[in-house]
Amino acid sequence: MKVGENDINKDRRSRNKSRLRQWLLFGSMPLLAFFFSLMLGRFEIAPLMTLKILFSKILGLQADWPPVMEKVVIHVRLVRILAAMLVGAGLSVSGASFQGLFRNPLVSPYILGVSAGAGFGAALGILFSKSILIIQLWAFLCGLGSVALSYGISRLYKQPSEIVLVLAGTIVGAFFTALISFIKYIADPYEKLPAIVFWLMGSFASTSYALLLPALLPMLIPMAILLVIRWRINVLSLGDEEARSLGLDTGRLKVVVVLCATLITSSAVAICGIIGWVGLIIPHIARMLVGPDHGKMIPVSLWIGAVYLVLIDDVARSISAAEIPIGILTALIGAPFFAYLLTRRKTGW
Amino acid sequence: MVNLLDIREAGFSYDGKQTIFDRVTFSIKPGEIFCILGPNGIGKSTLLRCLGGLLTLQTGSITLQGQGIHAIGRKELGKQIGFIPQGHQPAFPYSVKEFVLMGRAPYIPIYAMPAEEDHRIAEQAIRSIGLVHLMEKSYTEISGGERQMALFARVLAQNPQLLLLDEPTSHLDLRNQLNTLTLIETLCRQGLTAVLTTHLPDQALLLNATVAIMKDRTFMAVGPAREVITVENLKAAYGIDVQILSSADGRARACVPVKHSA
Repeated sequence: MKVGENDINKDRRSRNKSRLRQWLLFGSMPLLAFFFSLMLGRFEIAPLMTLKILFSKILGLQADWPPVMEKVVIHVRLVRILAAMLVGAGLSVSGASFQGLFRNPLVSPYILGVSAGAGFGAALGILFSKSILIIQLWAFLCGLGSVALSYGISRLYKQPSEIVLVLAGTIVGAFFTALISFIKYIADPYEKLPAIVFWLMGSFASTSYALLLPALLPMLIPMAILLVIRWRINVLSLGDEEARSLGLDTGRLKVVVVLCATLITSSAVAICGIIGWVGLIIPHIARMLVGPDHGKMIPVSLWIGAVYLVLIDDVARSISAAEIPIGILTALIGAPFFAYLLTRRKTGW
Repeated sequence: MVNLLDIREAGFSYDGKQTIFDRVTFSIKPGEIFCILGPNGIGKSTLLRCLGGLLTLQTGSITLQGQGIHAIGRKELGKQIGFIPQGHQPAFPYSVKEFVLMGRAPYIPIYAMPAEEDHRIAEQAIRSIGLVHLMEKSYTEISGGERQMALFARVLAQNPQLLLLDEPTSHLDLRNQLNTLTLIETLCRQGLTAVLTTHLPDQALLLNATVAIMKDRTFMAVGPAREVITVENLKAAYGIDVQILSSADGRARACVPVKHSA
């Protein structure tokens, strides 16, 4: 007995120490990625100069640099970095939550048809409007609508279960994908069609503060809620019956998780189009690093997702003179990486 | 003595057409081991789930310490009733410690993480089941018997008054079957009350439990194991010839099916 107790205490101490190290590591990574990305770009500005511009701007100091530099640092790079970090973090957190909810590590945040719905909304917006804000709004609303539709269809069954919800999501996704194809088919091939195609591939190239700000709250509030209830997702992942026998109101909790994840993904898609693979593989990397406990894994997903997407966006904007759509890069990197993950059975499933 | 659980005229149907069971009435006293026997598909597990408030009766009532089970909130039920499901396939490779900690869910506010106290209780539960050496091991990597013990540790951390077990020994070897049964006995001696379903009348005899045999949508016999588990009753319940054998020293009894000679 005594020995067991000592072991447990020693365990707890060493666990606390490694936890501190993890927090330092995960805390410093986003900062490093942030400053690195701010200094990176085709327009040459001395690294120290970017810092000076950033901090002077924050502190409201007098400018003694060419205005074009400020424009590049604040209105081109900074806004892009913030958007990429926010979207990376958001997609990863909602992906991690969905994987727990659906008890399936192969689930992505787009599983309930958000991406197809939002893509359809954006395509409609592009077809009928020139305003980016209107396009964004349409993408957001149709993204929400498609998940509501999936959820409604799944409720038609007498015993609604997660698998029925996934099937409904597939149905809704297929339907909206067909509608997207139809809009592409009828769209003006010189002006509208390329815009739709580019939007669907995902990009931060046209990000501005005007675009980012309206999406801020619909992303941050649900992210905060998912972070707060993250431990409950462990219990939820045991399956409906067991979770209820452990005192959980699973029906209500599922609605909360689906609603939060959907708000996040719809907003993300509205900001930058459809960026695949992030919400699928980042939770896996987090699980490899800290184990499957959602209490640890969701915050770590958030950090890694933010760092990952901002670094990928660095590549997208600096590897060639022309911008590469980031959705292409995340898939090019994500698919082989996922194949590698599957060969490592250490992750458990 | 006041009953812990009162079941009156209970009836259940999944679709409103086909009745699974009907007019089932019984009571369970604190500290009792109550064993539900009966053929496959008769509705033992369904009845067990109704007792835990996981399914809702069509007719009749279930009261836990005088309070209707559906008047008690889900969270409060989680503190009162523990449930050990049959077979269990986790989706993620949680460590034994993380898994046992989930037994604290009804005590942890929705917005909170497990507190130091919850960790302490979970570790205490793991220790008393004798799983300390597996604490950091992944739940998917341990054996079926160890997994069953981890489930018991989780229930201990949950600290309910009533424990429902759905065929707790169905995937276990002889040694682990006995371990599980003695553990149930020990827990009930310490004040827990257990209701279990099983296919093996032997186990009810071994536990010296109160036995109910289900047949034709209701209980055909209820009472102490040695009175209810008779050749006639088993014959009627399962529709085959059965013999009950005793070892020479009387320490072991077994019910075995008898093949018809052609």
